[in-house]
Amino acid sequence: MSILLLIEQILNGLQFGLMLFLISAGLTLIFGVMGIINLAHGSLYMVGAFAAAAGAAATGSFVLGLAAALMAAAIAGVIVEVLVIRRLYDRDHLDQVLATFALILIFSEGTRWVFGSFPLYLDVPDFLSGAVTLPGGIPYPLYRLTIILIGLAVAAGLFLLIAKTRVGIRIRAGESDREMIAALGVDISKLYTLVFALGAGLAGFAGALVGAIQSVQVGMGEPMLILAFVTIVIGGIGSIKGAFVGAILVGLTDTLGRFLLPVLFGAFMEPASANSVGSALASMLIYILMAGVLIFRPTGLYGKA
Amino acid sequence: MKLRTLLAAASMVALAAAAQAEGVKVGMITTLSGGGAGLGIDVRDGFLLAVKQSGRSDIEVVIEDDQQKPEIAVQLADKMVQAEQVDILTGIIWSNLAMAVVPSVTAQGKIYLSPNAGPSALAGKGCHPNYFNVAWQNDALHEGAGAYANDAGFKNTFILAPNYPAGQDALTGFKRFFKGNLAGEIYTKLGQTDYAAEIAQIRASGADSVFFFLPGGMGISFLKQYADSGVDLPLVGPAFSFDQGILQAVGAAALGVKNTSQWGKDIDNPTNAAFVESFQAEYGRLPSLYASQGFDTANLMISAMGKADVADTAAFSAALKEADFASTRGEFAFGPNNHPVQTIYVREVIQEGDVFTNRIIGTALTGHTDVYAADCKM
Repeated sequence: MSILLLIEQILNGLQFGLMLFLISAGLTLIFGVMGIINLAHGSLYMVGAFAAAAGAAATGSFVLGLAAALMAAAIAGVIVEVLVIRRLYDRDHLDQVLATFALILIFSEGTRWVFGSFPLYLDVPDFLSGAVTLPGGIPYPLYRLTIILIGLAVAAGLFLLIAKTRVGIRIRAGESDREMIAALGVDISKLYTLVFALGAGLAGFAGALVGAIQSVQVGMGEPMLILAFVTIVIGGIGSIKGAFVGAILVGLTDTLGRFLLPVLFGAFMEPASANSVGSALASMLIYILMAGVLIFRPTGLYGKA
Repeated sequence: MKLRTLLAAASMVALAAAAQAEGVKVGMITTLSGGGAGLGIDVRDGFLLAVKQSGRSDIEVVIEDDQQKPEIAVQLADKMVQAEQVDILTGIIWSNLAMAVVPSVTAQGKIYLSPNAGPSALAGKGCHPNYFNVAWQNDALHEGAGAYANDAGFKNTFILAPNYPAGQDALTGFKRFFKGNLAGEIYTKLGQTDYAAEIAQIRASGADSVFFFLPGGMGISFLKQYADSGVDLPLVGPAFSFDQGILQAVGAAALGVKNTSQWGKDIDNPTNAAFVESFQAEYGRLPSLYASQGFDTANLMISAMGKADVADTAAFSAALKEADFASTRGEFAFGPNNHPVQTIYVREVIQEGDVFTNRIIGTALTGHTDVYAADCKM
């Protein structure tokens, strides 16, 4: 194991983490502001990937595909909020889980109905394909570097939006006391629709970015949804900063765990069993991390008690 | 009194139904929704195509979706055996579902024809005279890949598969035939979608080639990321990552990759040519190996119907065992454990017009039978 390989793996972990951030930011925002547990967040991610694949196939341009993903997921988000979620604000979390779980099934079978059962084609655009050589001689895929940069840019944009703009002030106000801001004359239902569309758009954008290097298929959102929940629980539910730190932690833990644990067990075990024990433990590692964080900080790293 | 009349009427209806059903009633439990639906749909379409082409009106097929969940498959199997009273069950794609369903239905005296899953437990000690596998034992294509890797002169191969029973069987099967060294061996998480960490290790390992078994979406993700990583070692894998449904989603990233299969659309025999043509005409897409397996399964069943009555299970099983049908694979025979003895081909991914598909470039193994047959006592 060389130091270069380690650096490459850290980059991989960072990239995975930033991808997770794009998804979990929307999830944590929606929960923090609106108090909704949105299981259909993974479906919005899938909607983004399918819209990008369809858009890119129709126009031949990946960038237009990305725009289509953002639009489609945000519009789907608005429709879902107006038709379904709006009726659930006063209900308890169990009703919300039930309704958004139904949405998962509706989105999945609806997507299958429109696009068929076979995975769609979406590839990295030519100007981002291939590998570049980083300082130190590490060859690294250009597209993954781009994801890292986009992830950082979106994180910075979100921080600015929440901290510096009027909408951001309202979002934060809605988070701490929704009755009060409604009483002050802010149209709370419009604000909720906006937040939901923003969260959905982010999920769809992430789906499109990831879709280019993964399989665009029905059901692609649910594994991501689980990871996103782990991320926001670690970071503290409702906190964008928490989602960012949580996502980077999960990304690094998962990637480095997969890589280092088999090596570590290999030091004192047979290679074959070290391999299977190491990879079995690696797939549990982020949940162990979550449990560990919750023992010391039951509300997550940046959660409010 | 009323109840008794009702019962009498009901039993008469049941008798009438039994008297009418001289043909065969088939219960197909397969995956038609969720991420694995492409495989089930191909098996179903291949099967129904063969039934349609036979022109027989005495075959009734009841189709249900198992959603790729073992507990649902078990419920459906109970329903098919008890309520629907089917004679033959078929259709299951996934080995874990097959393990949950097959032993119980064969124990109830029903015949099970597997169009896909071939877990080792059902090929060895758990074999049964009423269980026939028309596709392959799970290890077969991986063993073919190991044999091909020797022929291709690979000396130092990196191997990876998901950490679940079929993944472990895959690497075991490959290693059973591969004679070179292993540059590395990784078990990935089942359903994993990001392979950056594994690809970095492949690059660092100094391997001269890569063998991978990553079915479905996992394979699509791996192939796209591998093509984009700048690593250009030759890839080998079983056909599951290169079937017709997947190749269109991977695109040019898969071009030139060698994969092993018991079937290819260019196997030269009249049955296969007619199958490929009629499947395309019927469904507007190229058939996959799963479709060929569904097609062969139905034709095997139809061949036995001409020789024995399905009510006589022993005679019907004996007729099935003769495998007297025109397979898309050419010659077809069952080994002692009712699993196929067959040729494993090497295929290469090519582009024909806009469509990505496979071309056979050689054979990896001929007359291949699985190692578990020795444990089978029937």
